[in-house]
Amino acid sequence: MRTAFIDTTAALLDEDPRTALVLADISASQFAPAGRRHPDRVLNVGIREQLMIGMAGGLALTGLRPIVHSYATFLVDRTYEQIKLDLDHQGVGAVLVSIGASYDGSREGRTHQSPADVALFDSLGGGWTVRVPGHPDEVTPLLRAAAATDDPVYLRLSEQRNTHGYPDADRLRVLRQGGTGAPLVVAVGPMLDPTMAATEGMDVTVAYTHTPRPFDTAGLRAFAGTEVVLVEPYLAGTSSAVVSRALADVPHRLLALGVGQTDLRRYGDPADHARWHGLDADGLRRSISAFLKSAHR
Amino acid sequence: MTSTLTTDTGSRLPQLIRRLTGDEKHGPSAHSTIDVLQVLYDRVLRVTPDTVDDPERDRFLLSKGHGPAAYYAVLAAHGFIPDAWLDDLAGPDSRLGHHPDRLLVPGVEIGSGSLGHGLGLAVGTALGLRAQGLLKPRVYVLLGDAELDEGSNHEAIAYAGATGLESLTAIVIDNSSTTHGWAGGIASRFTVNGWTADTVDGRDHTALYTALTGQRPPRPHLVVARIDSKG
Repeated sequence: MRTAFIDTTAALLDEDPRTALVLADISASQFAPAGRRHPDRVLNVGIREQLMIGMAGGLALTGLRPIVHSYATFLVDRTYEQIKLDLDHQGVGAVLVSIGASYDGSREGRTHQSPADVALFDSLGGGWTVRVPGHPDEVTPLLRAAAATDDPVYLRLSEQRNTHGYPDADRLRVLRQGGTGAPLVVAVGPMLDPTMAATEGMDVTVAYTHTPRPFDTAGLRAFAGTEVVLVEPYLAGTSSAVVSRALADVPHRLLALGVGQTDLRRYGDPADHARWHGLDADGLRRSISAFLKSAHR
Repeated sequence: MTSTLTTDTGSRLPQLIRRLTGDEKHGPSAHSTIDVLQVLYDRVLRVTPDTVDDPERDRFLLSKGHGPAAYYAVLAAHGFIPDAWLDDLAGPDSRLGHHPDRLLVPGVEIGSGSLGHGLGLAVGTALGLRAQGLLKPRVYVLLGDAELDEGSNHEAIAYAGATGLESLTAIVIDNSSTTHGWAGGIASRFTVNGWTADTVDGRDHTALYTALTGQRPPRPHLVVARIDSKG
């Protein structure tokens, strides 16, 4: 995904004089050739993340389209107030592109993990579009679409990926059809493959999207029975409020699965963290089965 | 030495400021900026009510957004906003708050209030103009001395100096309000990072004009406007 991002951004800088890239040292060497071609629009500020977002706000105020990139924890967590004030409050947008979200950086420890990034965008009023691709093939069209607008867009890239990409999954796309009234399981981004494996043989409908904001509430209402399961690669419950609002007039039960809030203080690889957070196929199967059984007591 | 310009706007300002009665708390802060704002809008900035959206206009970013009474009065004196807007500061139907909002006030380049945001936005604005070949506009940003305590400013100071952002001019109103002070003076914090700097009497319009137009490309420029401590 990171390679797709770098190649597409370099191409956008060549094609569209409105685009600018703001970096804080992360991925700077990969963008060096683009920087030589466009020294005025490839801007590496050094390890200064507050300035990175402030500058993006200033660039946008002059009519440019800034693409801003770093690890999620530095791009979003550290600069939350700059995102709120230097972009949202100024009434301008940018394309923020993160890598290393949730537990991609499991070996680096908590300092490099940002499971709450999408929840932070939910706390802003600026109408952020949040894209969470599950496959490299989804990255280029999503980035190109974002660069062509002036809207605020967060593109959350991960090293976790599915086998197949579905670039057109802006809205919920059904990939496993259950019977009439079957429980709906929504998998976001890289959670698709473990969700499909977990629900093998279950009578559930599995729908996929790489765009949790705006959440496809029309699709949700169309596909949901009385039971909904969310499987998200970021903080558990991030989309619960959205789903609850969308189904406010429909009796339903909701299970929200995702990354736990606790700092585990453990290293290991991403597969270990997926297991500890119950987000591997076995863990998901246990949680979803228990939830569905509990409905029929 | 203090010299006062006898422009129409200058003579109107006292009565315009008196109309802004709702902002007593930040009074000293408002009056600390009046002379710099007068010189900027009377003699330096190339921007008028007709050119607030012109890409070629000069930009003035008020980073120190608290106590904007003088700012609003100057905007009214120059016709950016109607005088009547001054009568209901921060009222329920007012477009003028105790911190300005760029989406509500014509001629206001940034919404500000929280300290430490204007200089970063100004750096981005200067870079954005340069990238589009707009080399004439200057970007001025006004800060307070205590505002420099915010670390975000230090990121911007170092970067603007290192990259020779010559269209950028920062103005720091120094009324000695910072809690721990700046050893060596404010200007030295900028010049050590590659800026040029002039420190002047913040009430002396002639000195302010000379400093505000005293850029020495290719370096970004700082004007420290010293005024009496707010006590």
